[in-house]
Amino acid sequence: MCVGTLPSYRPDVTLITTSSLTKRYGGRVTALDQLTVSVEPGIIGLVGANGAGKSTFIKILLGLLAPTAGTVRVLGMDPVAQGEQVRARVGYMPENDCLPPDLSAVELVTHLARMSGLPRTAARERASEVLRHVGLYEERYRQVGGYSTGMKQRVKLAQALVHDPDLLLLDEPTNGLDPAGRDTMLDLIHRIGTEFQISVVVCSHLLGEVERICDSLIAIDGGRLLRAESIAAMTSTVDLLAVEVSEGVDALAERLTALGLEPTREGATLLVRLRDDGTYDQILTAVAELDLPLHRLDQHRHRVAELFATKKETANV
Amino acid sequence: MSNPSAGVIHDIGYHRYDGPRLGRGYAVRSLYAHSVRTAFGLGRSAKAKIFPWATVGLIGIVAAVLTAIRAQIGEPVATYVEFPQLVTLLLVLFGAMVAPELVSRDLRGGVLQLYFSRPLRTSDYALAKLAALITAMFLPVAGALLLMFAGGAFTVDRIGDVWDEFLDVAQALAYAGVYAVTFGSVSLLVASLAGRRAVAAASVVATFLVTTPVVGVLHAVGGDTAQELADLASPMTLVGGVGDWLFEPGGEHGVGSYGPLYGAVTVGLVAACALLLLARYRKVR
Repeated sequence: MCVGTLPSYRPDVTLITTSSLTKRYGGRVTALDQLTVSVEPGIIGLVGANGAGKSTFIKILLGLLAPTAGTVRVLGMDPVAQGEQVRARVGYMPENDCLPPDLSAVELVTHLARMSGLPRTAARERASEVLRHVGLYEERYRQVGGYSTGMKQRVKLAQALVHDPDLLLLDEPTNGLDPAGRDTMLDLIHRIGTEFQISVVVCSHLLGEVERICDSLIAIDGGRLLRAESIAAMTSTVDLLAVEVSEGVDALAERLTALGLEPTREGATLLVRLRDDGTYDQILTAVAELDLPLHRLDQHRHRVAELFATKKETANV
Repeated sequence: MSNPSAGVIHDIGYHRYDGPRLGRGYAVRSLYAHSVRTAFGLGRSAKAKIFPWATVGLIGIVAAVLTAIRAQIGEPVATYVEFPQLVTLLLVLFGAMVAPELVSRDLRGGVLQLYFSRPLRTSDYALAKLAALITAMFLPVAGALLLMFAGGAFTVDRIGDVWDEFLDVAQALAYAGVYAVTFGSVSLLVASLAGRRAVAAASVVATFLVTTPVVGVLHAVGGDTAQELADLASPMTLVGGVGDWLFEPGGEHGVGSYGPLYGAVTVGLVAACALLLLARYRKVR
C-alpha cells in the first residue's frame, strides 16, 4: 500500500516504437506509410480523420495484423513474433459494438478476464472492481442489452481494463456519446492514465477532444505521420508573435512584409513568425517608425488544432 | 490490518493486479467450460434454458419409458445400442438450437474481437467451441443410457448379467460419442457461417434433413449395393451405418461389407468439418 506516493507507469520501457512501419492491403491500398514514432508512457492521443490508418495501427500494435514492412515494438516486445505476450499485457476497447446482449456486465467481464488468464476468483473480483471504477457497480447484474450507449461504452472500457494491462488501446471511446457522456468518458480515461498509472492510447478523429486529456499527440493522415510530440512541446515551440495596434494595421503589415517577416492578418491582429530575438526588435522598430500605438506584442498560443492544420497544408504542397 | 472485518474504511482506489496470470491452456479450458454451460443455458436467462432442457427431458422420457416397459415385460424393447439411433432427430434439433448459441451470437455481436485481442488464438476458440458442442450433445444421451442401465441392472436375474449389461451400455456410450462428434462437427461448421441465430438453426436442420429423401429413394428403388450404400448420402443416416458396422452386425438394414467405408466417410466428414471450421476462423480478426 503506497499512500501519498504515486507509483510510476509500468513497465519502465518505451511504450511503442515503430520504424518505417508500412501496411498495404492487397498491394494497392496503403493504410500506413513509413510511420516512425517513439512513444513514452502516458496518455497518448492518436488523431486522424476516418480512414487515416488509426485502426490499422492499433491492430498492428495488438499483433493481429502483420506489417508489410518496417518494425514495431510494444512494451519492448515484437507483436509479430510475441503477439500472445503482447495481448496478455494490453487492453483493447474496439470502436464498434461488441457486447453480447444477453449476458450481464459482470458475467461478461468476468469471462473475458478469464480469457486473459485470471483465475476464477480473481476474475470475479477484478470484474466487480473495474465495473465500480467505470461507474457501473449498481447495474452490473443487469443484461448488457438493456444498457444505454454510454453504459455500453463503459462496459467495453471495463473489459479492456479488467486484467490490469500495462497499455490500453481505446478506439474512438467517445463514439455515439452525448456531450455529457463524452466528458464523463474523457474524465475516466484521464483518471486511468493519471491515478491508475496505466498508459493509454486514445484514438479519435476529434482533436479537440483528446488534446484535453493527453500528454502527447500522434497525428496521422493518409497513413503518414503528420506530427508526434508532447502537448507541452507543441505549445511551447509555438513560433508566432501576435502584434496588435489600434490603427494603421495595413501600413504596419506593408512595412513588415517589406522586412521579409511575412505577417498574416487575423482580424485586427498580425501574426509574425518568430525567427530569433531580433524579430522583436524589428517589429518594435517598425511600429516606432510608423508612430503607431502598440497594444500588444506577445507570443501567440496556438491551439493544437492550428498546428496540425498548418502542418498538413505544408505536407500536402 | 489484522482484522479486516472490523469496520475498515475501504480503500476505493485502483489496485494493480499482481496475482497469477495463467496461460492460453487455461483460457481455452475456461472457454470450453463456459460454452458447455451456455449450451444448457446455465448462468443465463430462463428463456435460454427452455429448449436445451426440453430436449434433455424428451431424451430422458424416452429412456424412462423404455426402462419401465422392460421392467414390466422383462425383455428390452430396444437394446442400449439402438438407443442413440432412436433419438437421432432430437439430437439434430438439439444441435440446431445449441450450435448457433455457441458461435452465431459471437459472430453477430462482433464479440470475437474481444476474444482475439487476448492471448487466445482463433484455432483455440474454434476447437474449444467444437469440443463444447460435442460434450453438450453427448451428455444427454449418455445420461439417458446410464438411467437405462440403472433400471436394467435391477431387472436382470443373475448378478453376472450386470457385467454383460455394462459391456452393452459401454458400447452404446461409444456409439453416442460417434453421434456427438459427427453431428457436433457438422452443426458447428454450418452455424459458424451464419450470424443470425434463426438462420443458423434453420441451416443446421436443413443440412441434416435435405439429404434424407435421397437415402429414402435409394432404399426404395436401388439394388442391394445401392441399399447398402444409401445411408452414406446423409449425415443423419451415416452414423447409423457406422453403428450397424461396429455395434449391430447383421441388422435388418445392413451395410453389407461396406462398414469400413462408412467409418472412413465419417472420419473424413468430421476432419473436413474441423478443418473448414479452423479455416473459417483464421481470417476473422
